[in-house]
Amino acid sequence: MAIDLNILIGGAAGQGVHAITLPLAKALVRQGAQVLFVQDYQSRIRGGHLFNKVRVADRPLMASREGVDLLVALNQETVTLHQEELSPEGVIIYDAARVKELPAGRPAVALAHEALLPGTQAGEIAVNAGACGAVLGLLKVPLAPLLTLLTETFADKGAQVVEWNLKAATRGHELAGAQKSPCSLANLTPPGEPRLLISGHEALALGALAAGLNFISGYPMTPWTSVLNAVGQRAGRWGVVVEQAEDEIAAINMAIGASYGGARAMTGTSGGGFCLMTEALGLAAMTETPLVIVESMRPGPSTGLPTRTEQGDLNFVLYAGQGDFPRAVLAPGTPAQGFALAVKAFRLADRYQLPVFLLTDQYFGDTQFTHTALEFPEVQPEPAPVPGPAEGPYERYALTADGISPRLLPGFGPQVVVADSDEHTPDGHLTEDLAVRVKMHDKRLRKLATLVQELNGITTGGASAAPLTLACWGSSLGPVAEAVDRLNKSGTPARMVHLSELWPFPQAAVTAALSGTKKLVLVEMNATGQLNRLLRQETGLAADHLVLKFDGAPFTPEYILKELKGHI
Amino acid sequence: MLPLELYNGIESAWCPGCGNFPMLKAFKQALAELEIQPEKILLVSGIGQSGKFPHYLKCHTFNGIHGRTLPVAIGARLANPALKVVAVAGDGDCYGEGGNHLLAALRRNPDLTLVVHNNQVYGLTKGQASPTSDQGFKTMLQPAGVPYPPLHALALAVAQDGSWVARGFAGDGEHLTGLYKQALTHQGFSLLEVLQPCVSFNKVNTYEWYRQRVYRVEAEPGYDPENELWAYQKAKEWGDKIPIGVIYRKVRPTLEEAHPALTAGPLARQIKNRPVSQLLADFF
Repeated sequence: MAIDLNILIGGAAGQGVHAITLPLAKALVRQGAQVLFVQDYQSRIRGGHLFNKVRVADRPLMASREGVDLLVALNQETVTLHQEELSPEGVIIYDAARVKELPAGRPAVALAHEALLPGTQAGEIAVNAGACGAVLGLLKVPLAPLLTLLTETFADKGAQVVEWNLKAATRGHELAGAQKSPCSLANLTPPGEPRLLISGHEALALGALAAGLNFISGYPMTPWTSVLNAVGQRAGRWGVVVEQAEDEIAAINMAIGASYGGARAMTGTSGGGFCLMTEALGLAAMTETPLVIVESMRPGPSTGLPTRTEQGDLNFVLYAGQGDFPRAVLAPGTPAQGFALAVKAFRLADRYQLPVFLLTDQYFGDTQFTHTALEFPEVQPEPAPVPGPAEGPYERYALTADGISPRLLPGFGPQVVVADSDEHTPDGHLTEDLAVRVKMHDKRLRKLATLVQELNGITTGGASAAPLTLACWGSSLGPVAEAVDRLNKSGTPARMVHLSELWPFPQAAVTAALSGTKKLVLVEMNATGQLNRLLRQETGLAADHLVLKFDGAPFTPEYILKELKGHI
Repeated sequence: MLPLELYNGIESAWCPGCGNFPMLKAFKQALAELEIQPEKILLVSGIGQSGKFPHYLKCHTFNGIHGRTLPVAIGARLANPALKVVAVAGDGDCYGEGGNHLLAALRRNPDLTLVVHNNQVYGLTKGQASPTSDQGFKTMLQPAGVPYPPLHALALAVAQDGSWVARGFAGDGEHLTGLYKQALTHQGFSLLEVLQPCVSFNKVNTYEWYRQRVYRVEAEPGYDPENELWAYQKAKEWGDKIPIGVIYRKVRPTLEEAHPALTAGPLARQIKNRPVSQLLADFF
């Protein structure tokens, strides 16, 4: 029978929810399972309840689903809040010191410090490592991959910590191994091609590094911070200048200054921070400075739901800034797309000398997906601009047929490089000559005509000619793909059309992908159907029905199917 | 010394008599004396009459938006530490719109020069109060006079251990050239505020007004710009007597030293192939 198991690990902030989830998830991946886990760090309940939901299967996973088969509870709240989600065979693994009330008749495994690491001062290690072992014991998964991971993870904490971890994990495995299991993973075998577990933002950061990123400036803001951290942790090894700015305005202006100076530069933020960045967005466009901006969405307006997810800023990034100027907007749906689109973002920014957005969200950023290394191909970074000829005056904004002017860097040759936020003459100096203004404005916007030919970014799934199409963008790819899969399996032919390259809008490609559609449903994590509006504006096509969600929690296939009832 | 004509830029749009003219002359003189070629120096400016300063020179120029000269200049420095970088701002630009960046720059100590053109008024928008307008200064927008005291930016810089803090006067060109030269050769963040009369919109703080008040601080017997408390007193002195010259100096590590990647040279020369297989190693 197909394996499809949901493990929920919950507790208070600081208790070790993540310390359990990561080694456990990696051990399952090494053993051959496909894993996807979402993080939910809600803070509406006093004490700061948070949980990770780990879905485990024997086939590729694209989305989280509802329900819980195995509840790992580090505190009473976790049991109280999630016991109703437990499946009929569901089992609870709990910290015996903190959980006192369990639902009657439910199989449970108690983890007590004195049983796991008697007579030690191991603190949280006992229950955390014990829980990892217990989950694997219950699922009949061998202990070896976990022990290797715990050894790797805690090597720098000293031999004592490693020993405690191994001992507690082994004891937890024994304790739970005796229990009746909701599901056996005994038949899994380690994959031939090693698999990796990676989040959307981690993959995006690696893509940026592969593209040659060597300067990043940013101000911390959830959920964008995980991109900044992922680069920051690797900066020393790969030679990246990381500067934490005093605010988002400084962050983007620094990145623009660095890019003008020849760095491969990136900045990023989330919606509220991007409000502060918009003036300098126009500066990048006007000075034709290459710039990659990550905008990682969370529900707004204003502070909104700071740690939750939404796709509510598409309109914002499309239209932010005064005046007309060219930009590109890319919105990855999976870590592999995040990697590839980060590489593409730098290439487009460099070649077309304009701002390029990587539009992500909390769900994309924090969710860990299972991938193979083959999905992350080697990358040849775009070369840096080189000094031009020694003779003759240099025009930074020379008028050209495609609007792209030869770009030189300051300090690498005899020419001076003059860039200006004012309207300017081809040599970069400010002007109020209105005829020049028209020529320059046309030149900048002319870049779009070539740029649009490089965009496509359409992923399709399901029954290719089905009359029912579910269209979506960005992080909704996984849940929609699975909903479409379930529709087809239940006898309703359906297809998915996912857009990851949104601006300049690949009008011809999208129209072709939607051809033959009799019923178009747009699935978006926002309240007004922002892609639907863009689609209508660019193609004249529009949704017959909208499946929207803006409560801050990510889509599940179940939610999408429920919302489709009566409309298909 | 290099010829001054080397630095000629486009034709100026400043008002005749503007305090920016003697500043431009003194700055060219400093560049020529230090033999800094136009292609070795970047001027970053914002918005205001000071924002046009780099256009009237020959040099690398980044004329950005209001208040944001410092972050752009810091970004450019971090991209290419071989480039001499000068941020040119006005009193409204740097002390008003971009105040947070000044605070952060004082902490960071980037190896660049910040020149603040201080005319105590908003010229480009035709005569409103600036953060340095004196209390009681009357404008069309503040007809009863500015109700609060001016920002003592140099005192702020001393309090935050700015590594080189000075004031110049556009009416004392020779002295100003010397200050520009010191600022350009200082290792670390050099803040040079220049009193620069606005002949169109400030009828109070005129050349004559400043001439009656400014004095060279280095002429004061025994003055030691490394004496923090003394420097603080001088930085706050404003009224009948206004000190010009180097007010404060302190040796501090620079921002550039905090970034090991820069030891390998300009970032434009460091765009290298990074094996994806190695990037992925942490995730198996």
